[in-house]
Amino acid sequence: VNELLLVVTIAGERVALPAAAVESVVELDTLIPVPRAAPHVAGLSALRSRVLTVIDCMRSLDLGVTDCSQGIREAAVVELDGHHYALIVDQVEDVVEALSAPAPLRAAMGAGWERASLGMVETETGPLLLVDVAAILAGGAEAKAA
Amino acid sequence: MDDLIADFVAECRDMLEALGGEIVAWEAQPDDRARLDNIFRFVHTVKGNCGFFDFPRLEALSHAAEDALADVRAGRRQPDGALVSAVLAIIDRIAEMIAAIEAGEEMPAGDDSALIDALAPGAEGHATPVAATVADAQGKATSAPRTIRLSVELLDRVMSTVSDMVLARNELARRLRESETEVIVDGAFERLSAIIAEMRDAITRTRMQRIENLFVALPRMVRDLSGELGKQVLVDIEGGDVELDREMIEMIRDPLTHIIRNAVDHGIETPAERLKAGKREIGLLCVSARQSGNQILIDIQDDGRGIDGKKLVEKAIANGVIDKAAAAQLSPREQLALIFEAGLSTAKAVTAISGRGVGMDVVRSNVERIGGIVEVDSRPGEGTRMTLRVPLTLTIIPALTVSIGNQHFAIPRSAIEEIVRANGESVTLEHLGGAGVATIRGRRVPEVSLAEILGLESHVEDADRRLIVLRPAGGDVYALSVDRIHDHEELVVKPAAPAVMATGLYAGTTLADDGSPILLFDPAGLAEVGGVKLEAQERAARIAQGPANTGPRIVQVLLFHGLDGARRALRLAVVDRIEEVPISAVRTTAGQLRVQVGDAILPLAGAEGAELGGEKLRVFRLSDGVHEIGYAFREVVDFATIDNDVIHADRPGEVSGVSLINGEPAELVDAHWLFANHVGSSAHAAQPLVCRLPADDPWMQNMLRPIVEAAGYVVVGEDSEATADLVIASQGEQVGEAASAIFLRSEPEPAGKKDGSIYRYDRAGLLMALKSAGRGK
Repeated sequence: VNELLLVVTIAGERVALPAAAVESVVELDTLIPVPRAAPHVAGLSALRSRVLTVIDCMRSLDLGVTDCSQGIREAAVVELDGHHYALIVDQVEDVVEALSAPAPLRAAMGAGWERASLGMVETETGPLLLVDVAAILAGGAEAKAA
Repeated sequence: MDDLIADFVAECRDMLEALGGEIVAWEAQPDDRARLDNIFRFVHTVKGNCGFFDFPRLEALSHAAEDALADVRAGRRQPDGALVSAVLAIIDRIAEMIAAIEAGEEMPAGDDSALIDALAPGAEGHATPVAATVADAQGKATSAPRTIRLSVELLDRVMSTVSDMVLARNELARRLRESETEVIVDGAFERLSAIIAEMRDAITRTRMQRIENLFVALPRMVRDLSGELGKQVLVDIEGGDVELDREMIEMIRDPLTHIIRNAVDHGIETPAERLKAGKREIGLLCVSARQSGNQILIDIQDDGRGIDGKKLVEKAIANGVIDKAAAAQLSPREQLALIFEAGLSTAKAVTAISGRGVGMDVVRSNVERIGGIVEVDSRPGEGTRMTLRVPLTLTIIPALTVSIGNQHFAIPRSAIEEIVRANGESVTLEHLGGAGVATIRGRRVPEVSLAEILGLESHVEDADRRLIVLRPAGGDVYALSVDRIHDHEELVVKPAAPAVMATGLYAGTTLADDGSPILLFDPAGLAEVGGVKLEAQERAARIAQGPANTGPRIVQVLLFHGLDGARRALRLAVVDRIEEVPISAVRTTAGQLRVQVGDAILPLAGAEGAELGGEKLRVFRLSDGVHEIGYAFREVVDFATIDNDVIHADRPGEVSGVSLINGEPAELVDAHWLFANHVGSSAHAAQPLVCRLPADDPWMQNMLRPIVEAAGYVVVGEDSEATADLVIASQGEQVGEAASAIFLRSEPEPAGKKDGSIYRYDRAGLLMALKSAGRGK
């Protein structure tokens, strides 16, 4: 059985997350900011009785800031070391099957993508960049400078 | 059949666990019928089950123990040390076998007949020294409560469902308020609400366990250890009723065991060594737990030989843990902290007890992994104290919710001293050089604004704010200004994600009753990020690895006029308090000026060469944590901060430099120099001072001896071989060789010429003489 991928758009680009790592897809409405935390930490939100740490994927990849001020944002919920995170993306599209193992991408990517890339996978809708969830949680250049 | 065996094993293990403390308590008090019954019940249960399951060896063992104990119960036999040891050995063997059954292994090989023979009256058991407990287990239920086993995962699931239920109830409550409902519906909802609240309460409790479950095994462990090592140790356990998350209890089990093993093995001396050092033969090991702020503190304190910081440093240099230059910079406390470095063990030889290749470095890393801290404090010859601080995360803590702008936060209530209005009566808020100082009923406390620390905008005027006076665990008070104060809530705190904890500000996250997340502050972290100096808390460098410090540290000083009229400043932290004494309390003794304050006699500084006019003298009481000295002054001017350059003095002396404070020059008093010169090198008397008193003088023995002993002397009689540092005798008597002597007379006024004698009821004079004799050493 081939690996399943969750296709999302981040900063206008279609990328794939390993579906096994994603617990659910949610719509966030309230967002409680965390003063003084690293910039890619957009805040906290509650999913039923769990606290989610909300991560702004765009900010984490140094691609700009997602505007969270209005309306509902779509996010993918992942778990790492017992903590639950919600990754804010532009849009969640679909779940597709990977048709190949991730292969290194030989062309130069943007710095943010380079850090979070696990390689390129083939799918029925064409090649997609497979994104490393842990790298997104760790944050971008700003988080490291802080 | 397998299920039945599993139940039997579980039952035995529960009973064994509960028995741990009972056996030792029984040993200390063999006539305690309730404990005897418990032990009897255990072997009886084992015997009954063995017959059913066909475990012949278990049966023979438990049968023999049951017979012997039955004799004791019937009064046919008196329990003695040999019997207790024999019963213990059998219980241990039973525990081994049960463990083997549980693991599905073969029974451990061995012959049990020696164990059984040891039970016979008059049999030669290996005599083991008695370790007694004074645990506060007296009121403990003697029978184990009925229990079932549940996985923690299941509990977590139930807990999260209950939390969801609470949120659903709150939602329903909102809807009900918005719509028109009948009274009968409201009534039913109220009842449902109350039931849910009760259920939530009960479920949350299930995760909590009394730390007693961890402590109950300690007396037995210490008994066995001290027996093996030929030592005598008394265990004192306190605070068993402190509640901790059950997972947390499991996490601290190993570190705690290791520290106690170390204390018994390396800390407490053999009875002979103890007697030689002038201590009681029986070593004392105190284990206590208490809640402090959002932490649980577990102290393990022994009165053994202590840790020699210098030896540790030598060893650390030899092992390449630290280089010489760095070693020279270490404070005594940091020297002791070296014990937590990998590859350092103070014992000369590796022993079977604590030298198992597991060092204190493992203890530290285990404790730090759960967000805790382990600290060490020790005085050579007097003992060692290890403190485990573990966070309260995953536990319920009462908290106060406050807000800045629209955002709510929680502050642990245990750290809150009081709450005042910034513009309230007897409260003023000032800003000096950018630093906030709040004066609350005359007390000056540093003030920080929560909005500034968090970088949030606040639309509330300074004067309309609320000040929360906080005292973080182990630290000094400071005031935190917030916009608004809301509610007291009981919160279930969970650890926050690493990216959130990295700020150093938060202790965890939690959900408020309306389901929205709230951040819980760590009061010590707030102070640190806010730049408040927590004087009382000496943090070693590696503990304070948190976020980089913001801006230069502010030095708070007390501005005053000395007796000679000079404008001087003293660091606020060294001033303990201000006292007023009569001029007559100041005397020159043993070559230096001293002042009597209450029952204490302190060296007096700041009065050299000054005219002591008037009737009263005002004195700062300065403390370095161990010693105190007095410093005379005329009047306090103000509190201030040093924000100008300090021009340092050329030579070391009472004044270390001069700086502009509040626009005028002031001399900075060098507290270190004061202590170095007034307390001096005699500060640490390695050996207790010996005082010889006539053994046949009832007045001396009954009235004087307590005072002399309270002053730190060991009292001996004339027949003692020890060299006395001080001899006290009646006026006119001859004394032998001694470093110094005090002569007492029975009349208030000296009869003849001044002979240096002291009236026997001149308490102050006596104390002064005792003190100066001690200095002479």
